[in-house]
Amino acid sequence: MIAEFGLVALWLAGALALLQLVAGAVGLSKGGEALSGLVRPVAAAQGVLALVSFATLVALFARTDLSVKLVAMNSHSAKPMIYKIAGAWGNHEGSMLLWVMVMGLAGAFVAMVERRLPERTMLATLAGQAFVSLGFYAFLLLSSNPFERLVTPPPEGNGLNPLLQDMGLAFHPPTLYFGYVGLSVAFSFAIGALVTREVGPAFARAMRPWVLGAWIFLTIGITAGSYWAYYELGWGGWWFWDPVENASLMPWLAATALLHSASVLASRDALRAWTVMLGVVAFSMSMVGTFLVRSGILTSVHAFAVDPERGSFILALLAINIGGALTLFALRAGTVTEGKRFAPISREGALVFNNVMLSAILGIILFGTLYPLVTEAFDTRVSVGPPYFNPVSAVFFVPMLLVLAVGPLLRWRRDRLDRVGKVVAIPALLALGVAAFLIGRGVSLLPYVGMALAAGLAVASVLPLRERNLRRTPLAVWGMVAAHLGVAVALFGMASDSAFKVERLVALRAGEATQVGPWKVMLKSVRPVAGPNWTAMEADMFASYEGGIVTEIRPQARSFWAPLQQTTESALVTRWNGQLYAVIGEEAPGSPGDGRWQLRLWWKPFVTLIWYGGLLIAFGGLLALIGRVASDLRRFAARGKIACRRERQGR
Amino acid sequence: MPTVIKPKHQRLVLLVIALAVLIAAGLLAAWALRNQASYFYVPSEIATAPPEVTRAVRLGGMVEKGSLRTDADGVTIHFVVGDGKARVPVRFAGIAPSLFVEGSGVVAEGRMAPDGTFVADNLLAKHDENYVPRELQDMTEHQKREIVAETTDTR
Amino acid sequence: MTNGTGEKRAPVRWALWLPLALFVGFIVVVLFGLLRPAGNEVESAMIGKPLPAFDLPAAVPDRPGLSSKTFATGENGGKPRLLNVFASWCVPCAVEAPQLEALRRAGVEIDGVAIRDKPKDVAAFLARNGNPFARIGRDDVSAVQMAIGSSGVPETFVIDAKGVIRYQHIGDIRPDQVPMILEKLREAEE
Repeated sequence: MIAEFGLVALWLAGALALLQLVAGAVGLSKGGEALSGLVRPVAAAQGVLALVSFATLVALFARTDLSVKLVAMNSHSAKPMIYKIAGAWGNHEGSMLLWVMVMGLAGAFVAMVERRLPERTMLATLAGQAFVSLGFYAFLLLSSNPFERLVTPPPEGNGLNPLLQDMGLAFHPPTLYFGYVGLSVAFSFAIGALVTREVGPAFARAMRPWVLGAWIFLTIGITAGSYWAYYELGWGGWWFWDPVENASLMPWLAATALLHSASVLASRDALRAWTVMLGVVAFSMSMVGTFLVRSGILTSVHAFAVDPERGSFILALLAINIGGALTLFALRAGTVTEGKRFAPISREGALVFNNVMLSAILGIILFGTLYPLVTEAFDTRVSVGPPYFNPVSAVFFVPMLLVLAVGPLLRWRRDRLDRVGKVVAIPALLALGVAAFLIGRGVSLLPYVGMALAAGLAVASVLPLRERNLRRTPLAVWGMVAAHLGVAVALFGMASDSAFKVERLVALRAGEATQVGPWKVMLKSVRPVAGPNWTAMEADMFASYEGGIVTEIRPQARSFWAPLQQTTESALVTRWNGQLYAVIGEEAPGSPGDGRWQLRLWWKPFVTLIWYGGLLIAFGGLLALIGRVASDLRRFAARGKIACRRERQGR
Repeated sequence: MPTVIKPKHQRLVLLVIALAVLIAAGLLAAWALRNQASYFYVPSEIATAPPEVTRAVRLGGMVEKGSLRTDADGVTIHFVVGDGKARVPVRFAGIAPSLFVEGSGVVAEGRMAPDGTFVADNLLAKHDENYVPRELQDMTEHQKREIVAETTDTR
Repeated sequence: MTNGTGEKRAPVRWALWLPLALFVGFIVVVLFGLLRPAGNEVESAMIGKPLPAFDLPAAVPDRPGLSSKTFATGENGGKPRLLNVFASWCVPCAVEAPQLEALRRAGVEIDGVAIRDKPKDVAAFLARNGNPFARIGRDDVSAVQMAIGSSGVPETFVIDAKGVIRYQHIGDIRPDQVPMILEKLREAEE
C-alpha cells in the first residue's frame, strides 16, 4: 500500500510539473495571462508531492519492506536503522528520486520566496524548471520505478554494499544532490533571462544567493566525499581522479566561475552573456556528471551499476535540456547588449582571467574523464589518472592562484599594478621565503610550488581587511576572505601531505615495533572481533609521538556477509600537525604460526588541513550568503518603509 | 595605462582571449593524454612490444599457480602473470587485495623495470564480490583461499 | 540595440554557437560509448567450445543431479537445452522465474546449476518461484560456474545437442527477451 501511495504521489508530481510548464509557457504569451497565477501554487504543490514520494521510499526502507524490488536488492534486515534509511538513496532509482525531490523543492522555494524579478521572467524561470524536471520524472516513472514490486518477496534482502555503511558516506549523497540539483535553479534563471531578454544586474542579484546555496552544499559534499574515501578505502589517498569524483568537481568549478561572474554582473553590469552561459553550463555539468556515472560507459570504483539502455534515456534528456538551452543561448545572447567597460588591470579583469582559468581546468578534467571512451572506439583500453590530471590542471591552477592573491585588492573598472604592488609584496616575500626554505629538501615540483603559493595566498587573502573598520565590514567581504583563506589552507594541506608524508610497510609479530617518521608504533596483538553484520581481524597497536603519550589504535580488516565483501577500517591518530594512518592487511604468508601481520603506516603532516580548508571555503560561502540575504531583506524593508512614508505624505 | 576601449571591441577582445586559452588548454590536454594515459597490456603484448621503462601502464592476466612467493620482509610478493602465450614476472610491495590468489585474474598498475620485471604499485583482483557465498563466512581466511584456489583449477 | 557594423559583430555571433557545437561533439563521443557492447560484462571464453566435464550431485530431492555427459549423448532427442545458473539468495533469479516457466511451457528443457547455496534454501526458493528445471546440480563452490565461464547470477546458456556452448545470456531474462532466447535455441539446432 505504501509503495503504491508513493508511486501515485510521484505521478501526481509529474503531472503537476507538466501543468507548471504549460501554465508558465502560456502565461508568457499574449492572452494567456490568466494562467500565470497558477504557476507558483502548482510549483509549490509539485515540490511537496515529490517530497511525499521520497518520504514514502524512506519509510519502505526503514521497514525493510522486501516486497519492493529496490528494498530487496539493496537492503537487509540486519542492517542498522540509520543505514537502512540511507539505503533509500544509495542506489540508482532512489537517488534519482532524491534528485527529482530536490528539484521540486528548489522550484517550490523559488516560487514562494523570489520577488526581485519581473513577473514574466519568473514565469519563464519556473516553466524552465518544470521542463527539466519533466524529463527526470519521465525517466523515473518509465524506466527506473523505485516502487516496483516483486511478485514473490524473498526471505531476505541482498544487502547494501558494505562500503556504504558509514556515517559520512550515508549522508554524502543528499549533500551533493542539494548542490548539483540546486544549480538547476541557476539554469532555470538563465533560461528565464534569455527567454525574456532580462539579462542585467537584477538577474544576477536574484540568482546569486541560489547559486551560493547550491555551491556551499557542493563544497561540503566534495570535501566530505574526499575525507570518506581517505579513511575508508585504506590507500592513504584523498583524491583519485575517479570519474565519479570528477563528476562532482566539474559542476563545482562551473559554479565557482558562475558565482564570481554573477558578482561582476550584479555590481558592475558587465559579463552578461558569459554569466548566462555559465548558468547553463553549471547545471549541464551536473547532468553530464550524473549521466557519466549512471550510464555504465565509464568504470569507476563507486559507480552505480546501470545498463546502457538507461544511459541512453539520460543521454536523450541531456541532449534535449542542454542542447535546447545552448540553442536558446546562441539565438538570444547576441541581442544581449554589452555591459560596461573595464580595463585589463581591474577587479573585473582579474575575475575574467580566473573565470577563464576555471573553465580551462573544467575542460581539462572533462577531456581526461572522457578520453578512455574515445580510445575504446579505437580498440585501445587506457586509464587516465593523476599523472595527467595533476600537472595539466596545475598549468592553469597556478596562474589562477596568483591572480586570486591580487584580485580582491584591485579596484573596479580601472586600477594600476603599482598601486597594489607595495601591499602584495608581503605575501610575495613570504612565498619566496618558503620556496627558499624548501630548496634541497627533496620536494618534487608540484608540492613545492603548492607550499609556496599556499603561504603567500594565506596572507594575501586577509589583506582586503586591512584599512577597514572591521566591525562595519560587510559579511560578504568576510565571506570572501574566509573562502579564499580556505583555498590556501586546503592547498597547504595537499602540498604538505605530498611533500612530507612518510610511509612504512612492514610485517610485525606481536610485541614488535616500528618507526614511522616521528611516531613509534608497537603491535600488541591481533584478534578476531564481530559487529552487527560483520566479522574482522582487529590489531591492537600502541603509538607514541616522539616518545610522548601512548595512544591505542585498532585498525581492522573487516568482512561483511551480505553481500560478502572485505573492507579496511583504518585507524587514525590526529594531532595539530598531521595524522598517523594505520592499516592492517593479512597474516604474512610464511610458516603458519609465524604470527606476522602486514601493516601499512603513514605519517601525513598537516593532511587534515585539506578538509578544514574545504569546510572553511564552505563557511566563507555561508557568510556571504547570510550577508547578502540580510542586506536584501534590509533593502526590502527599507523600500517598504519609504513607500509607506511617501503614501502618508501624499506623494 | 591604456585607454578604455569601446564596449563592442572589449567583448571581442575578451572572446578572443578566452577562446585562445581554451584552445591552448585543449591542445595541452590532448598532448598530455597521449603521454600520460595508462595503457593496458597483456603478457603477450609486453613480450612483443614492451612499454618504456618510465611509463605507467597496467598489466592484466592470470596469476600462475605455484608462482607466488613472499620475501622475508613479509610484505613484498613475487608472482608471474600469464595469458597462455607469455609470462611476465611481477613484484609488489604492499597489502594485496583479499581476493588475490594464484589461478585467478589480476590487473596490476605500475611500470616495467629494466630487468623485465613488472613493478606494481597497485593490484586489483578480478573477482566480483557477488560470487562469494554465505557459507564461507564461517571459514577462516586461509580456508577461503584454499577453496577458491581449488575451484579455479577445474580445467 | 546593436552598435557598430555587422562585420564587427559577426565573430561574436559565430562564437555564440560554439558551446552548442562542443556539446554536440560530446554527445557523439558518448554515443560511441553507449552503442558499443558494455565491457563490464565478463563474457565466457567458452562460447563455441564443448561443456567442460562435470558431475554435480542433486541439489534438491525431487530432481536428479546434473552431469555434463547428459548433454552430449543426445539424451534429450537431439534438441538444444538451456543451462541456468542461479541461487536462492539472488533476487534477479526470482524475477526471471516466470520467464523460465514460460520457456519450459514452450517446450524448452532447462537444467539448473545452484551455486553456493544450501539445499533447504534452494528447495524453498523453488517452492516460492516455481521449478522449471528438469535437473538441478549442486555447485557449492562455483567450480562448474567458473569452468563454463559464468561470472555472476543469473546467467543462462544455450547448449546444443553436441554439448557445445552456443550462447550466453548475462543477467535475468526479461519478458521481452523470451522470443530472443527461443530464437537462439533454434539457431543452435543447426
